[in-house]
Amino acid sequence: MAQARENAVSEAPYYQGLAKSMMFTIALVSLAPLLGYALLSGYQYTTAYKEKVEAHLRELVLKHDQSVDSYLREKVAEVQVLGEVVGGDRLKAEAEITSLHNALVRSHGSDFVDLGIVNAAGVQVAYAGPYPLQGADYSNAEWFQAVKRRRVFVSDVIFGLRGVPHFIIALLVDVGGEQWVLKATLDFMAINDLVEDIRIGETGLAFITNRAAQFQTTPRRDMTGEVKLLHNILARGGEDSILGRGRAAITVVDDPVTGREVLFVTSPLKDGEWFMVYQQDTADAFAALYRIRNVGVAVLLLGTVCILAMAFLLSRRMARKVEVADQEKDMMNDQVVEAGKLASVGELAAGIAHEINNPVAIMVEEAGWVQDLLEEGLQKDDNEREVQRALTQIRSQGARCREITHKLLSFARKIDPTVERMCVNDLIREMAQFCEQRAKYANVRIETSLEDGVPQVEASQSEMQQVLLNLINNAIDAMDPGGGELDIMSRAEGGDVFISISDTGCGIPKANLQRIFDPFFTTKPVGKGTGLGLSIIYGIINKMGGDISVKSVVNKGTAFTIRLPASKEGMRCAAGNGAAGEQPPADGGRSEETGG
Amino acid sequence: MPASILLVDDEKGFVDTMAKRLGKRGLSVRTANSGQEGLDALAGPGNVDVVILDVKMPGMDGIETLKAIRAAHPLVEVIMLTGHATVENAIEGMKLGAYDYMMKPCEMDELLAKVDEAYTKKQAQETRILEARARHIELRRGD
Repeated sequence: MAQARENAVSEAPYYQGLAKSMMFTIALVSLAPLLGYALLSGYQYTTAYKEKVEAHLRELVLKHDQSVDSYLREKVAEVQVLGEVVGGDRLKAEAEITSLHNALVRSHGSDFVDLGIVNAAGVQVAYAGPYPLQGADYSNAEWFQAVKRRRVFVSDVIFGLRGVPHFIIALLVDVGGEQWVLKATLDFMAINDLVEDIRIGETGLAFITNRAAQFQTTPRRDMTGEVKLLHNILARGGEDSILGRGRAAITVVDDPVTGREVLFVTSPLKDGEWFMVYQQDTADAFAALYRIRNVGVAVLLLGTVCILAMAFLLSRRMARKVEVADQEKDMMNDQVVEAGKLASVGELAAGIAHEINNPVAIMVEEAGWVQDLLEEGLQKDDNEREVQRALTQIRSQGARCREITHKLLSFARKIDPTVERMCVNDLIREMAQFCEQRAKYANVRIETSLEDGVPQVEASQSEMQQVLLNLINNAIDAMDPGGGELDIMSRAEGGDVFISISDTGCGIPKANLQRIFDPFFTTKPVGKGTGLGLSIIYGIINKMGGDISVKSVVNKGTAFTIRLPASKEGMRCAAGNGAAGEQPPADGGRSEETGG
Repeated sequence: MPASILLVDDEKGFVDTMAKRLGKRGLSVRTANSGQEGLDALAGPGNVDVVILDVKMPGMDGIETLKAIRAAHPLVEVIMLTGHATVENAIEGMKLGAYDYMMKPCEMDELLAKVDEAYTKKQAQETRILEARARHIELRRGD
């Protein structure tokens, strides 16, 4: 059990590693699909949502674009109708133009601010409106130049004296063969309000600019900082428009003023002279999406944390369970080894009992003989000498018993499983001697040929004892009946120590060779063998980092070879009695050869 | 006539002392230190009525010796001596025709009683054989 604890300590990193790999596996298996699904569905949702938002914005812009365009077209048409139907000649007259203006104001509300006619030299000949502009000279006005070239001209929006946005529709009319200009000033307030009213979210706003990014409507907030940016966007002319001709093109750029990413939807109107522009911070435009995304990420993070925590706890618990199970297994193994040891001791007991029984029988007989002689009286013949002889015999037989019990005790005392450096030769000698009696009665000759100076090995005395005892017992059993020869050899080769135990017994059939190290495999009749001996040996040798192999020919014999790694710091065993030390040699000068 | 006994055991000290004690009690005792020696002694001159045979001996063990004795000398009775661990062998020996078995070390009186019984049995057997032989002769004379 001490060993089990020792193992547990040395294997602590193993269980930590086990826990880690389990945790990693659990985390990977549960997180990978979760992350994959989250990324995929997140991407798809984002794409779909953005498309939807953009489509909505495009539609909004296009709708307003169209309504502004149709408003302009309508007004131009109205002025054209005036010019053609009324004619320039009539309009020269102040009264005519005033009544016409009044009629327009009546039917169109405040749309038509004023009406004037400008002669070819650029002088306003007639004027009807709220301002005293009769006789104003427009010869240098931009619109006057432009209308000469294009017959019909719609100006940019002008914030006039009243600060009210308005624009001019100029039309060439024929007055007495000369090219005069009919000029109508229209209020742009309605369109201004219409565009200004487009407001979505916190930052969504719309406005109209001309190509030079001059505002035609007043944006809801001060946009002077963004003029350059707008100019750039408009210069590109909405090349990424999916509707063609730059209609409802979407551009996403960083606003240098606010520092935020801004989405621009631009669409040309008034034949490309103006642009309807809608802008909104992307954060605002996709606010709902980002909110959902944040919730998703939060859920994902929470899930990840939960999974990791679960994986950690679960794997730790599993590792601990495995550890406990292993410890129990080790304990069980120790118990099995102990049981196996008892079994091999039991086998020995038969030999030992007989060995003790013999001197005891002699002592009893001698004692009886002494009694017989005492009944006769010591004076008779040489009875006294005979009693002396009997007592000496009893003493020597008693000493024989003592030797046997000492041997047995020293065997039983070595139950400490701690690993120490030891010399296999000493142990082999000891075990050979120990089994000698049993071998004698089984007519087995034990021969040991041990190489001098084999390196020490790291092993537990009691376990090695068990290994050798089991193998020797097996060998003796294999040669029953009839007996034979049992050779125990040790030699050093490379960094290893080899011990081979060969017998001239019945051998092991090929079919059984592969199974002999299996626990509970035995060919002995029920109640005779546990089938644990070789499996325990296998376990012990394996634990020491060595291995055990077997060669066998039926009816010729079997040889078991044990390979044990030599101890790194260990010395070489002295020839003869070596470093095992704690075990006093039973009789120092014994020959290498023992047995019957 | 006292029984004549052959004592077979590999422990010389045991055999010698036992022989002295049995001799003191009026039995004629011969000894052998192995199965083969025992068989030789039986084959040699002199009469043996009862063999006291140790079961566990190196070389030829008690059972083998018993088989040989039964084969060569069917009238000789055998008492097996055994340690505790070999009782099974002793029982096997009785199946093979041994008269009885005793645990080692044994009480002298018990041993003597067993030897007596065995000897009596042997004598009875011999008597019956003699009688049978006599009847046979009578019958032959009769016809």
